[in-house]
Amino acid sequence: MNRQLVSGLCLSGFFILLAVLSLVWTPFDHTALNIPDKLKPPGGVHLLGTDHLGRDILSMVMVGARTSVAVALLALAIGLILGVPLGLAAAARRGSWLDEFIMRGNDIVFAFPLLVMAILITAVFGPSAVNAIIAFGIFNIPVFARVTRGAALPLWEREFILAAQVAGKGTARISVEHILPNVSNMLIVQGTIQFALGIQVEAALSFVGLGVQPPTPSLGRMLADAQTLVTLAPHLAIVPGVAIILIVLGLNLAGDGLRDQLDPRLRRLRT
Amino acid sequence: MLRYFIKRTGSLVLSLAVASLIIFTVIEIAPGDPASFMLGLNAQPETLAALRSELGLDVPKVQRYLAWTGGMLTGDFGTSYTYRTPVSQMVADRIGVSLPLALYALALAIVIAIPAGVFAAGRHGRVADTGVMGATQLGVAVPNFWFAMMLVLVFAIQWRWFPAGGFPGWDKGLGAAVHALTLPAIALALPQAAILTRVMRSSLLEVMGEDFMRTARAKGLSRRQTIWRHGLRNAFIPVLTIIGLQFSFLFAGTIIIEQVFYLPGLGRLIFQSISARDLIVVESVVMLVVFAVIMINFIVDLAYAAVDPRLRSRT
Repeated sequence: MNRQLVSGLCLSGFFILLAVLSLVWTPFDHTALNIPDKLKPPGGVHLLGTDHLGRDILSMVMVGARTSVAVALLALAIGLILGVPLGLAAAARRGSWLDEFIMRGNDIVFAFPLLVMAILITAVFGPSAVNAIIAFGIFNIPVFARVTRGAALPLWEREFILAAQVAGKGTARISVEHILPNVSNMLIVQGTIQFALGIQVEAALSFVGLGVQPPTPSLGRMLADAQTLVTLAPHLAIVPGVAIILIVLGLNLAGDGLRDQLDPRLRRLRT
Repeated sequence: MLRYFIKRTGSLVLSLAVASLIIFTVIEIAPGDPASFMLGLNAQPETLAALRSELGLDVPKVQRYLAWTGGMLTGDFGTSYTYRTPVSQMVADRIGVSLPLALYALALAIVIAIPAGVFAAGRHGRVADTGVMGATQLGVAVPNFWFAMMLVLVFAIQWRWFPAGGFPGWDKGLGAAVHALTLPAIALALPQAAILTRVMRSSLLEVMGEDFMRTARAKGLSRRQTIWRHGLRNAFIPVLTIIGLQFSFLFAGTIIIEQVFYLPGLGRLIFQSISARDLIVVESVVMLVVFAVIMINFIVDLAYAAVDPRLRSRT
């Protein structure tokens, strides 16, 4: 394994572990108000300080990371579940009207900037974590359809696919049994990138009030709360921001490292 | 080229038509009637009906879609429910903030990224290259609105070099306006500069491995001369594509950055309209942004095909 991959996995893994740990344990109750101890700087009993209501920031970051990771993962699942079959179908029927239809549909979804799509959906159905997931999930569909189709197309020319056709397997069965396992590397790499993007999207949407709603904490919501208090207590903005950066950095490093690992030809250009 | 142009124009028109249909349908199924929202819970049925007909809400949906798209084509974006002013007027006022901000950020990204990418490619595999690549990894991971908050904290509150937010308007002089847009532009530019640096670097590295570069060296040019005279020109093609695409990201990105700096741009207009359920404004502004993105992609594709004939056969 290369260095990038290991450091990326350690970094993102650490935060995902913290997020999972928050299910059973946090240093303090993240909802417990403690006004006398408000706006404490980092250090002391509250390792990362407290917010304007005296809540422990470390505990909030742990629970907030859990929300952010969950939003990103669910949106990723929507993209994979709908995008991959579309990509496989387009590649299997390459050049046909179905292929054309799927790819043009992708172009149109792509034309909606992610944020605009999220605004449109939340404007109509109201802001909520579920709608943020749907918005980013829809955005993920063409991403995965494209990656799957692109990786699957050259495979259809290969001898082992021909052999499967000669053996009498149908197109759908070949797609699932032979094409899918061979494109899964690409999907894992892309999945890591979209996971990282999902963390950032959750943060951005919650920051402008279109994502996760109170009282559920998320890293983006912590930043939104911090916006008015940043001059008074900069650590309110710095701590969740650094958490987002480290998670995203870790996932991106892992994605890049994974790509190099799976495709040694790329190593020449990177590192 | 002509065949490619016609084909690409056809798909442009189709994309615009489908996009407008999606936006119209989504806004149409939105719960809550704008007229009853404006008049409150105790409105008389007659007043409600009168307002609905005044706003044009009582005509059939198909007719309304055609009126909306037809109007958009002639520059008539409808009339805001809450302000009773033409949406085109509101957009014209706001785009004077959003568009210059996006262009300013794009210029900054280019000015940072191209030298950084060339520098890293020239020192491929050495410490300087690793340093630049590490910086770009970090740059991509930083959320621009968080970076904006940090910029405000340091440069507006601590050192007071720049205003923390607001926009004086272009009539107060170019200097003041540019001054107010500087921090937002830097915040927007950072992640895009990081991406562009990586593209510039890898594109130049790829070109440096080409045979014509070796020929240039063989006929006696120095390493620096080959990079500047032959390498850059060829490496710019993918960079230009990314710049085109980044402009649409930046334009959409202003929506969030405007919230941090309280800038009266299109983003604030969208958010204000959402909370007032002024859906005709949301509808038209969203369509405008999508239109801009589709048009930019169209222009980039055409420019690309003009530069590189091999791409014309593809669609």
